[in-house]
This record gives sequence, C-alpha cells and structure tokens, in this order.
Amino acid sequence: MTSVRALLAVAAVSLALVLQVSVFSHVSWQGVVPNLVLLVVVGAALVRGSQFAMLLGFAAGVLLDLAPPADHVAGRWALALVVVGYVAGRVALDIKPTVTAALATVAASSFLGTSVFALSGLLLRDPPLTVPDLLQVIGISVVWDLVLTPFVLPLVMMLFQQLEPERAMP
Amino acid sequence: MALDLHRERRWGSADSSPGRGQPPRALVVALLLACATLITLDYHGGSDSPVEPVRRALGEVYGPVEVTAAAVVRPVTAIPRWFSTHDTMRAEIDDLEAENAALRQQVNTSGYDRNKLAEYDGLTAAAGTLGYALVPARVVGMGPSQSFSSTVTIDAGARSGLRPDMTVVNNDGLVGRILRVTATTATVLLLIDADSVVGGRVGESMEIGMLHGRGVLGDEGRLDLDLIDESVVPRKFDTVVTWGSESGAPYVAGVPVGRISTVFSNLRDSSQRAVIEPFVDFGALDLVGVVVPSGTSSDRAVIEADGSLR
Repeated sequence: MTSVRALLAVAAVSLALVLQVSVFSHVSWQGVVPNLVLLVVVGAALVRGSQFAMLLGFAAGVLLDLAPPADHVAGRWALALVVVGYVAGRVALDIKPTVTAALATVAASSFLGTSVFALSGLLLRDPPLTVPDLLQVIGISVVWDLVLTPFVLPLVMMLFQQLEPERAMP
Repeated sequence: MALDLHRERRWGSADSSPGRGQPPRALVVALLLACATLITLDYHGGSDSPVEPVRRALGEVYGPVEVTAAAVVRPVTAIPRWFSTHDTMRAEIDDLEAENAALRQQVNTSGYDRNKLAEYDGLTAAAGTLGYALVPARVVGMGPSQSFSSTVTIDAGARSGLRPDMTVVNNDGLVGRILRVTATTATVLLLIDADSVVGGRVGESMEIGMLHGRGVLGDEGRLDLDLIDESVVPRKFDTVVTWGSESGAPYVAGVPVGRISTVFSNLRDSSQRAVIEPFVDFGALDLVGVVVPSGTSSDRAVIEADGSLR
C-alpha cells in the first residue's frame, strides 16, 4: 500500500475519532457514544481482510489510546482493535454477504472490542470498576454501534474499495 | 467483465490469494506483542512514562481539530432548546417555584442558618482575597464511557497560562483538575473518575475526609466520602467543600463539591461512608474556569478575584 493510501486510511480514522469525541458526546447515552473508530476497522476488515484490518486496528487503537482526552493505560484500545480486525476479517471469509451478516459482524465486533478493553482494565485495575457497570457499558455500546452501522459502514467500505480496488476482496 | 462486476458486489466470499485471508502468523504475534509492550511501558511508567511525550504530541495535533469540531457543532446542539414545548416550560416553572418556596422557607425559619450564611459569605470574601483568578474555557471533547475514564478536553492550554494540577471549576462547583496541557488545549480529569481523589470537608461539622470518584457514568455521577475521624456520622444534605492542598495544587480550598445524599455505617469497624451527589452536572459540561494565580499572563481575558476582567 502506498503512503498516500495509508494517509487516507489514517485520515478516515482521525475523522471518526474527532466525531466520536467532540460531536457525538452531545448525544451520548449514559456517557456511551457510538464507537466510530471500531466501525472503520470493521469496514476495513470486510473489504480488505484480516491483515490490513489488524494493521489499521493497531494504528487506530494507539490513536484512541493517546489522543486527548484519553487517560487510560495506552495500548488497551490497540489490543482490542487488533483483535477486532482479526476476527472481523476471518468472519468475512466464512459467511454469506448479506445485510444481516454485516450487522451481526458489527454487533460481534463491538461486543468483542469493548469487552477486550474492559477486561484489560479489570486485569490492570485501571480503573477499579465492577462487572455490572462494565456489562451495562458494553450493552449500550453494541446498541449504539448497530444504530450507526447503516450510515457509517457503507461509506467506510466504499472508501476502502475506492482506495485500492484491485486488492479489495472479490 | 460482467462476471467481475457481479463479483465486485460481494464482500465476503472465499478468497484464495495471499494477504487477504489468513494473516501471517508473524504479523499477529508482532502486533499482539506491540500492544503488550505499549501497555507494560505505560502501566509501569506512571506519570513520566515514555508514552507521555507521544500523548503530548498527538494532543498538539488533535486538540485544535477538536476545538474546531466543537465550534462547528455548538450552534446545532442549541437547536433543541428552541423547540422546548409549552408544557415542559410550565413544568420547569413549577419546579423552580417549588424550589424557590423551599429556599424561602429555609431562610425565613432559621436564624441559625442565616448566621451560618453570613459566616460562609465571609469565607467567600476571604477566598477572593487569596488572590486566585479564573481562566475561562469551553469543553470541546469528552472521553467516551467505553474507555471507562471520565476526562474532557478544554480549549485553553499552556498559552493561556494553564499547567498540570490546576483546579477546574464551573458556576456550580468543583469539576476536576488538569492532567496535562498542550499549547492550546488541556485534558481535565473529572471529579467522578475512579482515579480521582479529593480532600473534602463537611461544611457543617468541618470534618475532613477523602472523596473518591466512583467512575459511574452518565448523569449518575456519585462520589464516596470516607471521613478520617471514623466516629463522626455525617449528616444528610450537608454540603461538602474542598479541603485544599498546599499552595493550591491540585485543589484550592473552599470550592463546593456536592451534597451528602446517603450515609452508610459499617457495623464491623464502626466507620462511616457517605455518598455525595456533586453539584456539577457532568453530563452537560460546557463553560468552565481554571483557577490560576492572580496576575498570570494569558492569551485570553482572565477573570480576577474581584470579578473584573483583565
């Protein structure tokens, strides 16, 4: 992949991050906002497969970990999004491409990503939260991501198909 | 060609060419190790971890973008207020009238309270002469609850005279403290974050204790107060103010924090735990003030202790 294309992918992730932090915070539900960065990674996985999605997931995760106002231990979102990129890329190979399947992939990815992040927090005691709180946040974030999927996922998939049509999955 | 077009629309069919199906095992291992390394570095580094300069650099880049995005969205978020219906406004008036009546009754019936009020007035005046000034700032980014930490970005930074460990307040009370600054933005750790600890003083009994954020999210922000003198039972509805630290960092003294809403007694070791309802609505933070020493040079208007603008 050329550096221009890498830059475009990072720009997509950055746009998602800023929207998530500065715009969607106004419509948050219990403080939870749609995880647009995760949707970008899932979209990349559906179009380009695991390998690309894992690399993008790592970059996006590091960005989520370090860009303001983040203050948790760095590397936790990176880990979560690498796992999401791997799993979503593998799932895309095995299932029939329908709208339902795409929604199911997003739901599974969202659950997985937020859970990996929450579990890493439990292990590091950063911060010391209880499991019911974690479950509530995970549940809400899955719903949010599903609601935003019809608006965001087609755009993201179109972008990655345009970026490198010859390497997109047939 | 027609076949290709048909296949182009499928995104998930089986795939045989390398690089798209199974990723190389070396890559998987390398990425997971990279994550583990990053976590270890930052976890054991604490506040001077090697990741901190990267945080700062990314803040310099993304901070101004967040400021711009928030400025663009601000007029849009005000729209729902134009459409508040007659009924909701009436309900609001009823609520305010009820509150007003309750307050008037309190002031009328209790001379004791009135004396107390005069005392507090004196305290406030004293705080004014301590020589603190406020740098006004707006919240431009909120950390999502998915990250399980309560932090926000504000649009004032080192150029406005801000430094880490300064107190952040708004017109309701204590908001939190500054964690790190960039040239034009700063990250604020909110009071309700699970990592936040504030020294608090119960207004009525002057007892001191520690306020721990519960990390509970949304509008349900609550704080736990553990009193240092465990024999004292805090009274419900007492006000808690900050106890203050040496030279005002990270918290200046006397800032209202919240009201005691519940008191739990532990029978085993006869200690008391009170739950505090903060005065600040953390779900709707916008305009905040950062407490800076009087005379701080800043790139924006500073509100001095006597209320004048400089």
